[in-house]
Amino acid sequence: MSENTLTRLDLAEAVHDEVGLSRNDSAALVESVLGHISDALVRGETVKISSFGTFSVRDKAARIGRNPKTGEEVPIHPRRVLTFRSSHLMKNRVAAGNRKG
Amino acid sequence: MIRSELVQKIADENPRLSQRDVERIVNTIFDQVTEAMAQGHRVELRGFGAFSVKKRDGRIGRNPRTGEAVEVEEKHVPFFKAGKLLRERLNGNEAGE
Repeated sequence: MSENTLTRLDLAEAVHDEVGLSRNDSAALVESVLGHISDALVRGETVKISSFGTFSVRDKAARIGRNPKTGEEVPIHPRRVLTFRSSHLMKNRVAAGNRKG
Repeated sequence: MIRSELVQKIADENPRLSQRDVERIVNTIFDQVTEAMAQGHRVELRGFGAFSVKKRDGRIGRNPRTGEAVEVEEKHVPFFKAGKLLRERLNGNEAGE
């Protein structure tokens, strides 16, 4: 695994180690998992992965924003944003793993 | 969509893999992400998004029932930011440009 950041390559490597598929097939499966999650979200679905977390799409209303540099008012169009709520299991593991001492 | 539906979709696309193998593959991917964050690492999946760990400082909290002051220790929480491509796709730009 690279220094401090996990990437697709590391995930493919883990799949390769776990089920013995070729690295190419493993990489394709990682891509496929991310692709299916993305597609469901684009369709407006909530994606709920038990013991991991929930991805959901929220609608944001239009509002007037301001360019912080120039002070100029700019309209912000209504848009959809993605939020992720981690499961309690993930929260606990991340909290425990990063606890000092 | 829930985990089992995701597994089913992948299994349907990969008829030479057993359902059980697909479950193991999907579990491995999510476990790796959680495990990396438990070690304080980032997970960067271009186009999809990035998982990172954020530190929440310790603070003095209050028991809402009794009003009693309690010390809340610093802690680390998981965080996800959607990638540019996915954000753009969510807003109707299929090409993500």
